[in-house]
Amino acid sequence: MGPVLITGICGRLGRALARRLHRETQVVGIDRRPFIGKPKDVVHHELDIRRKRAQDVFRTERPAAVVHLGVMHDPRASSAEHHSWNVSGFSKLLDYVAKYEVSKVVVLSSANVYGPRPDNPQFLEEDAPLLAGSNFSEMRDLVEVDMIAQSFFWKRPHTETVLLRPVHILGAVHNAPSNYLRRDVVPTVMGFDPMVQVIHQADVVEAIRQSLEPSVRGVYNLAGPPPAPVSRVIEVSGRGRLPLPHFAFRAALRRMWRWRATSFPAPELDFIRYVCMVDDARARDELGHSPRHDLEATVRAIDDYG
Amino acid sequence: MNRLRNKRILARLRRFTRREAVPVARHGIASALHTVDQLAIGFLGRDFEERLARVPIEREDPEGTDPFGFDVDTAKYVAAVAAFFHRIYFRTDVFGIEQVPTGRVLLVSNHSGQLPIDGLLIGAAMFLDAEPPRFMRSMVEKWTQTLPFVGTLFQRAGQVVGVPENARRLLARDEAVLVFPEGSRGVSKPFAQRYQLQKFGLGFMRLALETDTPIVPVAVVGGEEQYINLGNSKTMARMLHMPVFPVIPQWLVPGGQLPLPTKVRIHFGAPLRFEGDADDEDGVIGAQVERVKSEIRRLLDEGLERREAVFR
Repeated sequence: MGPVLITGICGRLGRALARRLHRETQVVGIDRRPFIGKPKDVVHHELDIRRKRAQDVFRTERPAAVVHLGVMHDPRASSAEHHSWNVSGFSKLLDYVAKYEVSKVVVLSSANVYGPRPDNPQFLEEDAPLLAGSNFSEMRDLVEVDMIAQSFFWKRPHTETVLLRPVHILGAVHNAPSNYLRRDVVPTVMGFDPMVQVIHQADVVEAIRQSLEPSVRGVYNLAGPPPAPVSRVIEVSGRGRLPLPHFAFRAALRRMWRWRATSFPAPELDFIRYVCMVDDARARDELGHSPRHDLEATVRAIDDYG
Repeated sequence: MNRLRNKRILARLRRFTRREAVPVARHGIASALHTVDQLAIGFLGRDFEERLARVPIEREDPEGTDPFGFDVDTAKYVAAVAAFFHRIYFRTDVFGIEQVPTGRVLLVSNHSGQLPIDGLLIGAAMFLDAEPPRFMRSMVEKWTQTLPFVGTLFQRAGQVVGVPENARRLLARDEAVLVFPEGSRGVSKPFAQRYQLQKFGLGFMRLALETDTPIVPVAVVGGEEQYINLGNSKTMARMLHMPVFPVIPQWLVPGGQLPLPTKVRIHFGAPLRFEGDADDEDGVIGAQVERVKSEIRRLLDEGLERREAVFR
């Protein structure tokens, strides 16, 4: 197998994936950040995928597969930059994939694109509509990235496109759910305790590796251990819980957001208010996805944080 | 000097709270709950606890809830409240419950009264009178999920959001699922329209055909006299942005908020099995729905015929 190109390799998940893959195959990374603790045999290109030079990486390295982890979800970034990075950057990447006839693309989207809603079925399947953008403008780019990947799947039958939609990833990663649970006292919305699904970052890495197997293609939801109420997840994390009335919580969050005291935008409160869970039967049957970490191990992983 | 002493007092106070007051309070709450439990059991009959132990519950996490958020420890209290209304308040008589199959089943009932008390009582019957006892699941309106506490309580007690995907999943798990095909048309009827079945939805029949599930028709008698609704005010409903505004004089009387203690009779019919294409035209499905509706109509008439008085 030819080299695997990983975008966003310098994030915590990217580094974990590189470490998982580099002994089996040649790994090439693209990221604008430097790769700290890079294994010797990994080739890293410190550049922005929107730059012309990104094409040179395809020309010289000739990757056999591309794993796109470089989706930005930073509500603090300007919306123009956010959109340009996620949408223009990703479209460019897919242009190169088509031009250099890469035979496999794995895109890491998220189960959050379905959006938390009071009328959601308890378990959403892959063909459920992506409604996250209706309430969260910050999520629209992520929905768009998912849609672009889906249309690429149909437009380029020669390329095996795999779109992964994992539930809340927990681990050493710097994402919203892990940061939320890392607080000493975790605030919740009073009177709401929806069921949630979490997945250990190592199980996501494993699913990405399984997606790289030849002939795997399609959209896959990824879930971890059986779902649990938010309160139970917080209990397992060993943190205290502070229920706040919704109106007060939302008002406080808005104010803190304006003062740059928090990285959680107020509309994202719906993730701890309404259900947004997936059915991952397809990944279990076709991909061989079988998460090895139970709820305890998954939630505890947020403290492995170096 | 003074500040130092204050600090010491504060530290002592904190130590007292942490070592003495909090554990004592916790113990107090725990023993109070235990007393409530014992009282409830004594009140509701010995079989309550014995039945609770026999309810089959499927859950992956022994400490937690099932995938739908159903939690036995909460459901126990809801079941106790339901048992109180079922056995003591409404003195419910249950007929034909032995005909309900043990596997997956759709209970299809008339919807009556002003509040969905009928659902609570059918659930209580499935727990207290069915053999083996079961925790029935029912489908609730999606807007209930937007209400704090209420939505969570419903989930913990085994109610799920009323979308077809959820019903399909529950039936695949061999659960007993209650549906009111009249939906909200059934409740909030004026008193003059009592026991008149409203238009039935077709969704439940498609679901039964698709999942090959037997349908048990259920008729609840006694629900329509719990609140006397003189009529629905359209003007008030529009002004208050409510779907419906029933005029119920007894709500103005202190204590009138509780339903009148009518005697409730629940009639379960023989299971009906249907065959056909779940995606067939509305006309074909409608004819099958009509069979269920007329069976409920028959049970309802029979129940009304047999009752001697509303409160007895």
